[in-house]
Amino acid sequence: MDFGSINPVILIASLMVAAVPIMLAAVGELVVEKSGVLNLGVEGMMVMGAICGFITAVETGSPFLGFLGGAAGGAGLSLVFALLTQVFLANQVATGLALTLFGLGLSALMGQGYNGIKPPLTPDVPFGPLAQIPALGPILFAHDWVVYFSVAVIAVTWWVLKATRLGLIIRAVGESHDAAHALGYKVNRIRLGCITFGGAMAGMGGAYVSLVRVPQWVDGITAGAGWIALAIVVFASWRPWRVLIGAYLFGGITVLQLNLQAAGSAIPVEYLSMSPYLITIIVLVIMSSGKGRAALNAPAVLGQNFHAAR
Amino acid sequence: MFILEKRPTPSRFWLYATPVVAVLLTMIAGGLLFALLGTNPFAVIKTIFWDPIFGEFAFYLRGQLLVKAGPLILIAIGLSLGFRAGIWNIGAEGQYIMGAIVGAGVGLAVYPTESRLIYPVMVIAGALGGWAWAMIPAILKTKFNTNEILVSLMLVYVAQTILAKASTGFLRNPEGAGFPGSRNFSSYKAASNPEFFAGSGLHWGGIAALVAAGLAYVLLQRHIVGFQIKLTGQAPRAAKFHGVSPNRLVMLCMGLSGALAGLAGLFEVTGPAGQISIDFNVGYGFTAIIVAFLGRLNPIGIVLAGFLMALTYVGGEMAATNMGLPAAAIQVFQGMLLFFLLGVDVLTNYRIRLLFRGTR
Repeated sequence: MDFGSINPVILIASLMVAAVPIMLAAVGELVVEKSGVLNLGVEGMMVMGAICGFITAVETGSPFLGFLGGAAGGAGLSLVFALLTQVFLANQVATGLALTLFGLGLSALMGQGYNGIKPPLTPDVPFGPLAQIPALGPILFAHDWVVYFSVAVIAVTWWVLKATRLGLIIRAVGESHDAAHALGYKVNRIRLGCITFGGAMAGMGGAYVSLVRVPQWVDGITAGAGWIALAIVVFASWRPWRVLIGAYLFGGITVLQLNLQAAGSAIPVEYLSMSPYLITIIVLVIMSSGKGRAALNAPAVLGQNFHAAR
Repeated sequence: MFILEKRPTPSRFWLYATPVVAVLLTMIAGGLLFALLGTNPFAVIKTIFWDPIFGEFAFYLRGQLLVKAGPLILIAIGLSLGFRAGIWNIGAEGQYIMGAIVGAGVGLAVYPTESRLIYPVMVIAGALGGWAWAMIPAILKTKFNTNEILVSLMLVYVAQTILAKASTGFLRNPEGAGFPGSRNFSSYKAASNPEFFAGSGLHWGGIAALVAAGLAYVLLQRHIVGFQIKLTGQAPRAAKFHGVSPNRLVMLCMGLSGALAGLAGLFEVTGPAGQISIDFNVGYGFTAIIVAFLGRLNPIGIVLAGFLMALTYVGGEMAATNMGLPAAAIQVFQGMLLFFLLGVDVLTNYRIRLLFRGTR
């Protein structure tokens, strides 16, 4: 195998870019799950965000509006999930799956006529001479704003969940909705807020795929990134900073296997392209078993619907 | 405003009425969607739901209904057993692909031998292929407590890359001038799965689907395992006291659903699809999830739901060719159906009470 042709600085710089979609989607889903809701529709919300963001960016010419459009698309679809699970008390697993099936279909429908178009370029944040620093420059100071935004979202989420009243309420709702209800918190409304946040983040992550990573529109463009994001939440055992680590890890694997494909390694392309999924499974196994079981850290009422009898 | 009041017992009326209401609501919402797309909604709905059964080309399309319904029912029956017990195998698409590859591989390995034994062996190999692929999440779940939803789903993507490798590599037709895709089974009699009567749409897959539905019905109604599945789904704690081993149930339900999905894949690839190609799978494994829920996780219901879903496929294709309806619109339509079903389902367990000002 030829690792020599792979430049580590460029590798790190590009893994930070590759990690953005799953990081945004995963941190959104983390907040959703912290409030006790399991939304398996991340893939659907991401792909909706991808097409809504793409259409907005192409039509307005502004990539920034594109990301807002993507967030709106993801949040819009997540509202369907919220309506079904919070108002009509539908099964969360089934509704999440429905969300993914529906999102894949609707995005393909909306995307007709947008194949083969290039979206407007998202420019790098100008850091001036800082970007010229050897090694550190390309890694830290030569990215578009969403890369920094995604790290900021992690930091803010960590701070909100850890140190604010809002975070305490979200965690209370996720650990015991009955107790939270007894204290007078509107369980379903708080969950609605979390679900919408999760949808917006997933949508933005999807928009990053179609606007920066690929950048064009093809049906089912997210190719399982939403499911990997769900796995990363488990990997992170519901801790925001570990989402960052997980996302960079998977970003690294993705970039590395793409680089190996391009470098013409001895491993067949097919086996390289299935590696992110296989490694996800292995990581899930490691995190779910043994003493430090991730499941022990899971929100106590994850996946259970709340119906206020009184 | 309204509030939901929990019913003391689930309503039997709404249990059976919700799928009907959901289908009607989907027709209304779908009609709006079709109108937005610039087609005549009434004509499209008629093309989808009426023409395949009673229309001009019904003699051909009725057969197509059976072709599409077969795999959907077969997969959904397997999934429904697990879903009832709270075991979520959503990677049926991967098990379907692997069943097809393994079964077809066995057949192609002995090409061009002609023997009556070849097809039965391929069927068994197909079932084993799907079973083995489902065993991965099942074993990881029981040994390491890994989430079966995520693992089974990840394995779909892995199966798809293996399929790509199979059709361009190890199963490629050596006489195919380098084109991707395996030998065509329709020209290899011992390993093909033709229709019993031309145009009827009935092949071994359809038979297997009906047999599976019958067996699943007996299992759920008469067998202790069926009782354990239902008990685990409704009251996991009670099931434990009753002595149900959750691990055994996971292995059983995952294995059965994997084997049935593998069978569906084999029947499809040797019959209607004809060969292993990079995109011979058309998402039956995912649509079967909708079928399972639409059929209320009940074998008889699933048979009906399978035909209804087949109707949307066949009618949707008709609407696509005749009226220019985008193919993706049908996917949206199917997704909507599941949404409405899940939403309306609330009526089974809850009563809606309208609240007027001042009353509580």
